[in-house]
Amino acid sequence: MIEVKDIHYSAGSAKLVDGISFHVRPGELLAIIGANGAGKSTLLKLLCKEIQASAGEILIRKQPIGEYKLANLAKFRSVLAQSNTLSLSFKVHELVMMGRYPHFDNQPQDDDLRIVKAVMDETGISEFANRDYNTLSGGEQQRVQLARVIAQIYDQPEGILFLDEPTNGLDLLYQQQILVLARSLANRGYCVVSILHDINFAARYADNILILKKGKRIAFGHPRDVITQENIHQAFNIQVRLLHDDAFNCPLVIPAVMVSEHV
Amino acid sequence: MWSIIAYRAGFSSHIDFTSQQEAVLLNIRLPRVVLGVLVGSTLAIAGSALQGLFRNPLAEPGLIGISSGASLFAVMIIVLEHRFFSFLTSAFGYHALAIAAFMGACITTFAVYRLAVGNGKADITTLLLAGIAINALAGSFTGLLTYMSTDEQLRNITFWTLGSLGGASWKTVTGILPFVSVSLAALPFFSKALNALALGESQAGHMGIHVSLLKKFIIVLATLGVGASVAVSGMIGFIGLVIPHILRMAFSADHRLVVPGAALLGAAVLVLADVIARTIFAPAELPIGILTAIIGSPVFIYIILAERRRRGIGK
Repeated sequence: MIEVKDIHYSAGSAKLVDGISFHVRPGELLAIIGANGAGKSTLLKLLCKEIQASAGEILIRKQPIGEYKLANLAKFRSVLAQSNTLSLSFKVHELVMMGRYPHFDNQPQDDDLRIVKAVMDETGISEFANRDYNTLSGGEQQRVQLARVIAQIYDQPEGILFLDEPTNGLDLLYQQQILVLARSLANRGYCVVSILHDINFAARYADNILILKKGKRIAFGHPRDVITQENIHQAFNIQVRLLHDDAFNCPLVIPAVMVSEHV
Repeated sequence: MWSIIAYRAGFSSHIDFTSQQEAVLLNIRLPRVVLGVLVGSTLAIAGSALQGLFRNPLAEPGLIGISSGASLFAVMIIVLEHRFFSFLTSAFGYHALAIAAFMGACITTFAVYRLAVGNGKADITTLLLAGIAINALAGSFTGLLTYMSTDEQLRNITFWTLGSLGGASWKTVTGILPFVSVSLAALPFFSKALNALALGESQAGHMGIHVSLLKKFIIVLATLGVGASVAVSGMIGFIGLVIPHILRMAFSADHRLVVPGAALLGAAVLVLADVIARTIFAPAELPIGILTAIIGSPVFIYIILAERRRRGIGK
């Protein structure tokens, strides 16, 4: 359970996050969308306790985020960052085991080993468990990192998962696999918050969508209600057409003629 | 030799050695081996921890100013002793040089760290740049002092810079023991955190690791241990750089293996190198820093080539 109440954050005179509120309940997948510089990543950093809000309140499981220690937060909340480079060459299974680090002292317990194996099976990376991470392709690396963050909260009921553009640089199949996985985690009872670029993917898999522009909230709610021509135009400054499809629970967004093309 | 050990340990009451042999073993050879173990393990363990902290396999204790500070202060004592530091030598005698070198190591590292800290956080890139700047500054002053030195002082400087375990005695061993044992005992506890840090600083934070605290601990522990080691044995290069690499190549990059393993291998390699240094041109003694560099550089080159082959870049 995450509740965000009217948070603000500025760097210098620039207001990067300006009075945003929303909430995510267990079992829900929230997608955050917005143009570049809308404040999505800053918002995620605030949620991760990487930076502190200048005003407003973030409640994680009804407790202010400031009251948590990093080590306690790490036990039930994991984060998949946007870029993941590894400075040393670790094997895939060693990397996934790092997800269990918050849960054991020096040597992994039986539970940790069991979880790592289960997660590797579920994410389909068992076949290269013994490969060097740095020799994998981009898509494989992203799945390994996802396995790591899932392993971190695997045994935590109502765990929290933050994903920062998890489908970045992946082909369509992998994009879909990762979102299906995120959706199934939410169905299992996790709170999942993901920054996404593709509006249609967001609408297809998310329970709620938060649309940001220049640090401000433009809309928050069910995809059916927030995916409108006005909202998309306001957030991305593009004209779109909405197509209705019976197999889809909300309209498909298709770019129309760009504003600048008229000029 | 075995008979002395057997006698001393109470296994044998049989005396078939001279008292002079016994004195040589107990007061000259043994402290030298112990010093080699302490210095070798400390240099290697600090190297492995700093490589993890800087997320860079080329990091070594010299990077954050430990060595340059120690040598500046050591050279200062050697060259300016008669003019300015006679009070130090009269107070500490022969150990004035070691104490000054240790202080120099701590002062420069502190300066490097202060330069890099902003908002209570030390940015690793700034830390690296600050290290380069302070190293250059210390190096220039060392150069100035070297220029001012007499021929005999120059010889002392050169020998100190090349490193040696020749100054070993029980006094030097007990002198550095508190410092090196703290870093040897504490650094392995940061292995897991260093593994997580390989993913990146914010990622390590997401995994519950207090990264800025980790940096402080590692830097303080490395400085204490390496500062003390350099103070008594001069500059012994390549141990801190190469030993962690050998372990990573041979086994795995897991710091839970590399950090304690580096201490063991570092101790073994340095003691062995010292044996060679003492015997190869006996009765003359080769400065051990020369030897570690002669052995270390080809090993390092081999590691680079092997790594390149393994990653298939050379194809």
